[in-house]
Amino acid sequence: MKMDLIQPFINAADAVLSQGLSGTTKVGNLSMEEEAYRRKGVAGMVALTGDIEGRIVLDLEPQTALRVASHYAGAELPESDGLIKETIFELANQVVGNAVCALNDQGFHFRVHPPVLLTSAEGDKTSEDVEALVICFETSLGNVYMNVALRHNKRRMSDHAVAAGR
Amino acid sequence: MEQFAAVKRSKDGQPVRYLIVDDSVFARKNLARMIETFGGQVAGEAGDGLTAISEFDRTHPDIVLMDITMPQMEGIEAAEKIVQAHPEARIVMVSSVGYQENIVAALQRGARHFVQKPVKPEVLYEVIKYVMGEDGAVATAAGAGA
Repeated sequence: MKMDLIQPFINAADAVLSQGLSGTTKVGNLSMEEEAYRRKGVAGMVALTGDIEGRIVLDLEPQTALRVASHYAGAELPESDGLIKETIFELANQVVGNAVCALNDQGFHFRVHPPVLLTSAEGDKTSEDVEALVICFETSLGNVYMNVALRHNKRRMSDHAVAAGR
Repeated sequence: MEQFAAVKRSKDGQPVRYLIVDDSVFARKNLARMIETFGGQVAGEAGDGLTAISEFDRTHPDIVLMDITMPQMEGIEAAEKIVQAHPEARIVMVSSVGYQENIVAALQRGARHFVQKPVKPEVLYEVIKYVMGEDGAVATAAGAGA
């Protein structure tokens, strides 16, 4: 996977988490996903379609998700609170939205789909042409994992090339 | 959260009334908390564009804070429909998808401003004052603006 596609997501996650959690974040481990994705806890997935297609998953261990949601809510939330899921969704949305802005400036066009909750413990194995990169962000409230699997939509890109060559 | 000098309606000194439109409960709560620190009042909430239109008709807010990516009807389309029916409507788009295309589309269809998520309270506060214009007044410590 090309880093020029990934870097805007790393920058966006770093910015969103640093601002929202009022502290510095550190980019920790990066790993390529080879097997099916294993969910760590509360995971929100945002799909992208357009010139670049794929999905971004923001995944937090349950206790980290609880601490993060409580931080945003300004009060201690119970473990069962629906706001925990909503918080992770919104964070995923903000990360994707900010990254997409940067990629849009480079000429890529997308549609961002509303986030969905990943409920199964194990996700789909990424296909051969869609490698996934897992990035761990170390924050003061715990680790936040971002799984990015994107690919160029070759048909759309060739359409653009044809249009540009007209 | 930081406190701001209250922005009131200049015509009657009452709090500015807001309609918050976002499919995320988290985002709506977050905006509601900010509005509180601006001395405003939440007149209504909606989780999609269609509900936003009916909530606007029901509550007649001073300002609408509208997300873009939502189910059923997206924010830009809802903003356009509201402004067609109520040309005086003040709609501020609040979205993480703040690229030029979206901003231009929103402004062309009647939105007054655009705020990028994650929302910084000090940015939203300045936008609110700008969008309210002469219809808004910043209260002084003595409670002026009423």
